[in-house]
Amino acid sequence: MDNLLWIFISALLVNNFVLTYFLGLCPFLGVSNSLETSFRLGLATTFVMLVTAICAWILNTYVLIHAPYLRLICFIVVIASTVQFIEMLIKKLSPTLFRAMGIFLPLITTNCAILGLAIFATNRGYGFWEGLIYALGAGIGFTLALVLLAGLREESELSSIPKLIQGTAMNLIIAGILSMAFMGFAGLFSSS
Amino acid sequence: MKKNESYEEFIKGIWRDNPVFAQVLGMCPMLAVTNSAINAIAMGGATFFVLVGSSFLVSSFRNWIPKQVRISCFIIIIATFVTIADYTLLALVPKVHKELGAFIPLIVANCLILGRQEAFASRYPTRLAVMDALGMATGFLIALFSLGAVREILGDGALFGVKLFSENFDPWIIMILPPGGFLTLGVILLFFNWFKYKKDEFLEDVAEAERSGS
Repeated sequence: MDNLLWIFISALLVNNFVLTYFLGLCPFLGVSNSLETSFRLGLATTFVMLVTAICAWILNTYVLIHAPYLRLICFIVVIASTVQFIEMLIKKLSPTLFRAMGIFLPLITTNCAILGLAIFATNRGYGFWEGLIYALGAGIGFTLALVLLAGLREESELSSIPKLIQGTAMNLIIAGILSMAFMGFAGLFSSS
Repeated sequence: MKKNESYEEFIKGIWRDNPVFAQVLGMCPMLAVTNSAINAIAMGGATFFVLVGSSFLVSSFRNWIPKQVRISCFIIIIATFVTIADYTLLALVPKVHKELGAFIPLIVANCLILGRQEAFASRYPTRLAVMDALGMATGFLIALFSLGAVREILGDGALFGVKLFSENFDPWIIMILPPGGFLTLGVILLFFNWFKYKKDEFLEDVAEAERSGS
């Protein structure tokens, strides 16, 4: 139980996917202009990550022990098709939920955060529950980073910023400062 | 004429449409592995191989790949090349492979590569596609190297592991840690913005001078 909590906190704060591993930067910089959208994107990503963790575990246990060199292709194909399938299912079962996160699902499928999650979980030899908790932590961490950046960007819309720095350059510098703040969480582990 | 055309495709990837500085693509591997120049070059080399190889293959098969499933086909082709690159690096330079770790398989998810297949390789003949891929990959390599070199010099006081400064140099450790990646790229983009701004200003001045002259 202790171990699971550690994995969760580590994925959520200390090894935050966006700010420490630089995974999923495209949506991080591209979609983070409004709080509402980035929250929904974060929700959808968390969901896809959970699906990914389950797929990766099944593949690792039953398929890939026989053919490790097919790992990459297998991951991509299986994750992409599972997400597509679930997307159809949600559309059928709950139109409200689909409207909240449906449009993001296809975009997320080939996001490097998703593939990175599968690869990291495999490299560390996580079991089923560990993988699931890791995915949950990573997903919420991703949402957190996205919402933080979106909040800062919404504020910055109101202030007058030199034209030169507007856009990606400013977002990257904000992200750098956020990342510095998140480095403070590294202390959580060394003390315990 | 023909030679010029392929030269044009090659050169545009290096400067005008540089994948990192101008289009801001392929950021994830870009920032994650550029904490030293040697890692940056290994990553750039692997991406180079994957991009050129898959552009060549996609462009050769472009008339046989059905439109509806093209993205999946591209991804499978790219994934194959990435697996080759992964195992090759493991065999040749195990130390670098260990440091890059999970980021080599992640080349698959690099939007630069898929973007080039979709936008260019699947539409143009093989020769042009390969030239375009060579240009883009070189541009990416240059960008990775410049970022890696800046971060290693500032953060470690060294380049390729060779110390550049005297003992008194106090390394700027934040630069080789994750925040340094964001900050360095932010500043480089700022410089590029400034350059573009100056150029626009210059062109406007010229236009105005012509107008007042005539």
